[in-house]
Amino acid sequence: MPLLTVTGLRTHFHTRSGIYRAVDGVSFSVEPGETLGIVGESGSGKSATCYSIMGLIPQPPGRIEGGTAMFDGVDLLHCTPAAARGIRGNRVSMIFQDPMTSLNPYMRISDQLIEPLLIHGKTSRSEARKRALEMLASVGISDAARRMRQYPHEFSGGMRQRVMIAMALITRPALLIADEPTTALDVTVQAQILELIQRTQRELGMAVIFITHDLAVVSGLCDRVLVMYAGRIVETAGTRELFENPRHPYTRALRRSIPATQPKGAELYTIPGLPPDLSKPLPGCPFAPRCEFAVARCHDTPTSLSEVGPGHLQACLRVQSGEI
Amino acid sequence: MNPILELTGIKVHYPVFEGVLRRRHTGAVKAVDGVSLSLGTAEVLGLVGESGCGKSTLARAILQLVPLTAGKVVLGGRDLTALTAAELAEGRRDLQMVFQDPFASLNPRMTVFDTLAEPLLVHRVCTRAEVAARVSRLMGVVGLSPRFMQKYPHEFSGGQRQRIAVARALALEPKVIIADEPVSALDVSVQAQVLNLLAGLVRDMGLSLIFIAHDLSVVKHISDRVAVMYLGKIVELGPAADVIERPIHPYTRALVSAIPDPDPAKARASQRIVLPGDPPSPLNPPSGCAFHTRCPYAQEKCKAAVPPLAAYRGREVACVRVSEI
Repeated sequence: MPLLTVTGLRTHFHTRSGIYRAVDGVSFSVEPGETLGIVGESGSGKSATCYSIMGLIPQPPGRIEGGTAMFDGVDLLHCTPAAARGIRGNRVSMIFQDPMTSLNPYMRISDQLIEPLLIHGKTSRSEARKRALEMLASVGISDAARRMRQYPHEFSGGMRQRVMIAMALITRPALLIADEPTTALDVTVQAQILELIQRTQRELGMAVIFITHDLAVVSGLCDRVLVMYAGRIVETAGTRELFENPRHPYTRALRRSIPATQPKGAELYTIPGLPPDLSKPLPGCPFAPRCEFAVARCHDTPTSLSEVGPGHLQACLRVQSGEI
Repeated sequence: MNPILELTGIKVHYPVFEGVLRRRHTGAVKAVDGVSLSLGTAEVLGLVGESGCGKSTLARAILQLVPLTAGKVVLGGRDLTALTAAELAEGRRDLQMVFQDPFASLNPRMTVFDTLAEPLLVHRVCTRAEVAARVSRLMGVVGLSPRFMQKYPHEFSGGQRQRIAVARALALEPKVIIADEPVSALDVSVQAQVLNLLAGLVRDMGLSLIFIAHDLSVVKHISDRVAVMYLGKIVELGPAADVIERPIHPYTRALVSAIPDPDPAKARASQRIVLPGDPPSPLNPPSGCAFHTRCPYAQEKCKAAVPPLAAYRGREVACVRVSEI
């Protein structure tokens, strides 16, 4: 049974210049212990999807227009605030992109670390401190006892991200949502953090949703990948299948534009045009205006995901009808 | 190959003071500590390293945007460090820069026309009457329609803004462009546009390019040679594909192994070298080879003396154990 099932999620932002359909009908599920990658460019709705699940969308201007997110029999989108608080930060944790701004600069590391345990009423203060010390050591911070008393500015970027991870894991969550946790870090530090996430995931048996714009990060880490474009899922498959046999034209274009996959010095493939304006209605395929395979019906026929192989779903009409 | 730009022993040290009433000079941050490089005509030199290794400071030092503690920058036979301010303003025509963040490097109150016309007018390259024609030609070179001339930066996407920044750098027909992380702020599909544009300029106009990035796969794609920096020094320098496919210096090896591979089969099989800890502070660098504190091959002798950048198998490597490891 899936740990988290999201069905038909729609999150819109109501602004003066119109309604932005940031997430427009997204459905997926996460199995216990699984690593799910969500890939997409800026503005594709990958973060908005996870923020919606975590109840972090500012309302207004945001509004969850529809859909459900079932976690352990509770609909996170429609339950009481008290029920959501019992799950959020406890059984579902999140780490954010920028470790420089996501820790409270006025609080000692120790106080921030034990906060989740105290709020969720799991332990006494002294027990919580002991757990925090163990957690800090296990994410690879040496001299943890001294470091506990320090403030965030005394830590480097990679170290702060470790503290964030320790904080997210201290309640032993069943699901960790990681929103571009390594984008702000150097490659060598990125390698350390990815390894840390993989190791703790094995130890705790937790599921991970890993949001990134970097296809290469996904390939070594995730079991399954969702590709998002303009607030919708355009393709989903097992990682290997997605990389070896991408079907949707957007996924193919994305893969061809990465320098590492191309011969040195060759002209890189570029996707013409720009992502669509999400405040305008998109009756057909959102990628059609930039797609080299688009025909007239792509612009006005609604798309939906359908299976092209075991566990491999994609939303291109022309692939579905066997034309490309 | 005749070098267009030659750097000799560049050092940029920032003094550190302590005390409020009695300021004492207590040390120096050695951001760049003895870098020598040369750049050929129509050559692309990639400069890689982690944040804080001094690659951006080096770029600024070449342009004389920060004062040099020591060293010479010779551009087309002229030593830029020995020029007066007026001569330098003239000399910089041949040397232009493209910055990382196209959202910050363009003046939001200037139209594209104003932005591109400014260098032409400041350097009196052409008369006011000719400016419009020059600007529309520049926009054509970077693949933007001259129709957009009167638009403001906020009306463009990130990739288009970066192309405007490239057009501005090209306005004075420089010999060398220094691009400091020009694609790091861009999405992959847009990144490809800017990379293709830069590669095309080098090929068609004979420009020389110093391309600074932390993404090794991008650097490998565009560069002829690559220099790897660690804590203010170059640790390895050689042909780009060679260095990145078969790295020699232990730091380059770790850096290369840390790049995630977009092929899932290879990504799972390959062994990552995960370096312990963070780079040391350039305020108080370790003795000898600065990398010895994190290096898996370090020995006693590595702590003793700073290893020089020495020729080894068709490239230059700064490691005393180069033949043993």
